[in-house]
Amino acid sequence: MKGFLLIVGRDLRLALRQSADAWLAVLFFVLTGALFPFGIGPDASLLKVIAPGIIWVVALLAVLLSLERLFLADYEDGSLEQLLLSPLPLELAILGKVLAHWLTTGLPLIAAAPVLAVLFNMDMAGLGTLLLAMLLGTPVLSLIGAIGAALTLGARRGGVLIPLLVLPLYIPALIFGVGATDSALAGLSARPDLLLLGAVLLVMLVVTPLAGAAALRQALE
Amino acid sequence: MHRFANPARFTRLADRVLPFVAAGALVCLGIGLYLALFVAPPDYQQGESVRIMYVHVPSAWMAMFVYVAIAVASAVALVWRHPLADLAAKASAPIGAGFAFLTLATGSLWGRPMWGTWWEWDGRLTSMLILFFLYLGHIALMNAFEDQQRGYRAAAVLALVGVINIPIIKFSVDWWSTLHQPASVLRLDGPTIHPSMLWPLLITALGFKLYYLALVLLRIKSELIAARLRALDLAKLKAT
Amino acid sequence: MALFEARDLDCRRGGRDVFAGLSFSLAAGGALLLTGANGTGKSSLLRLMAGLLQPVGGAILWDDESIAEEPAAHAGRLHYLGHLEAVKPVLSAAENLRFWAALRGHSADIGAALEHFSLAALAEVPGRLLSAGQRRRLALARLLASPAELWLLDEPSVGLDHASVGKLAEAIAQHRAGGGRVVVATHTALDLPDAQPLALDDLPPPPLPELIW
Repeated sequence: MKGFLLIVGRDLRLALRQSADAWLAVLFFVLTGALFPFGIGPDASLLKVIAPGIIWVVALLAVLLSLERLFLADYEDGSLEQLLLSPLPLELAILGKVLAHWLTTGLPLIAAAPVLAVLFNMDMAGLGTLLLAMLLGTPVLSLIGAIGAALTLGARRGGVLIPLLVLPLYIPALIFGVGATDSALAGLSARPDLLLLGAVLLVMLVVTPLAGAAALRQALE
Repeated sequence: MHRFANPARFTRLADRVLPFVAAGALVCLGIGLYLALFVAPPDYQQGESVRIMYVHVPSAWMAMFVYVAIAVASAVALVWRHPLADLAAKASAPIGAGFAFLTLATGSLWGRPMWGTWWEWDGRLTSMLILFFLYLGHIALMNAFEDQQRGYRAAAVLALVGVINIPIIKFSVDWWSTLHQPASVLRLDGPTIHPSMLWPLLITALGFKLYYLALVLLRIKSELIAARLRALDLAKLKAT
Repeated sequence: MALFEARDLDCRRGGRDVFAGLSFSLAAGGALLLTGANGTGKSSLLRLMAGLLQPVGGAILWDDESIAEEPAAHAGRLHYLGHLEAVKPVLSAAENLRFWAALRGHSADIGAALEHFSLAALAEVPGRLLSAGQRRRLALARLLASPAELWLLDEPSVGLDHASVGKLAEAIAQHRAGGGRVVVATHTALDLPDAQPLALDDLPPPPLPELIW
């Protein structure tokens, strides 16, 4: 447990000293979201309806943008092989790095989501559900993304490859995340969608450490 | 372990089996298509266009079957480091992607007279589209490394992650499509289907399976020959 | 006393046999000096010893137990120093060192380790401002910041000045005097009294590919 906290602490410190990276993801999130009214037209009633979907898709893309740096720097400077040779189980080290990634990417996106909700004139009754769904869903994005980031280490065009591997796997989180918010906006219960989103989170909490460790081990062979 | 996976023995075995498998595939596909196109009755609602089903449904089955086969081969390759399992996974992926594409194309052709559009976000078709993307990712990762061994290993991990996620994706897409639209036209309710439609379907499906087997054997064989060529080149390089 | 040994190791990289039939044994306090031309597999052998790489044949044993059985236990008793220094540019020298020592459960004192490689004055300097030689010394300081029975050093003296090479030899001598063992791959002269030489050039050539395929 101590080793796990050490990893989280180190990655947070690294992220804070290079805080431009985290800001870029948030900026990307808001800017890309703000593009849609230009593409669709400023029809308030239409924007209101598609707001949850747009916010989720844009959040997903913002996370995607930040995935490459998850393991790449550690891979290139030799930290990853030292991590592999530390007494801390690699599975735990991966969870620590994912937690730090979520704290520096997912959490700022959640904080920025109300801005987009306001820009899209979303019904504020659904805002709580949107944020709750993002709280459950963005860790899933970090967890699945970690597998893609680990698998593409050392690959040609690794950064371009990650979206191809990760996006199809993001679809369930997207469906349940938007579903929860849509239900809340329609005055229905968001519970089923939120529970399903939680279930996906639990599954990925088990799958990512195992698959990630296998991927990192083979990357360092 | 790789010392025991004797490629020469595999090649001998493949050479012996291949003609029968290929012939079986041809016969089954011939009979199946004949029954499907000329013998099976037209549907009372959909008319003649229902005959697309005899290609569409077996290829959908195959697209799923091949992904599971890749996952099994990947598990074998990761646990026992058996090189033939790596080759089987590599050989299968493009074939599976082909079946997924065939499913999407026939689904689109079938949808045109049924829905009046080339594409409908129907649950089954959407799941197949995602499966097709999973195949593309697998193939891209397999070929993304200078060292082929790393490609095998990474793609194997991805295939296992994929096969765990497929039921989740399938469920979420069904959840999503029932929320947004009524049940699909492409429904095939197993037991109620008439035998005159079931038989051509099963025979075509068997033909597809044999066709896949023949293609995999052929592709593994050619991979082995390519590996041997590389090994000979390397030996020549060392000798000089 | 536990023995660190290899029996009949076969190593294969990228579909090519690097070496085959390699054996060695190393007792407590011993040193193994790997020599050989480029491409003979010195780095691969060190990575095999660390457990980063799996042999295709043969086994590496610690106290008669294969290191593949208990990879975590093996990782806990070794320090591996490869070509990369694992120094983070935005962390100070002391922060870099403290993290790795703490991860191995030794948060106590990194002062002595910094001192030994003359880094005390640079403790608060961020990694990106360190020169190549200073980064190398910081990586070497990891060896002293937390104890480990087995040191695996791949070209440890690259980029070091004369004085630092002497400090490295001194650290290795102290380590061995305390019963530690060390495996070094190097091209430059490093003072290693009674080191067993292991020349990878002298190994019989690996079997020709035709015999396998």
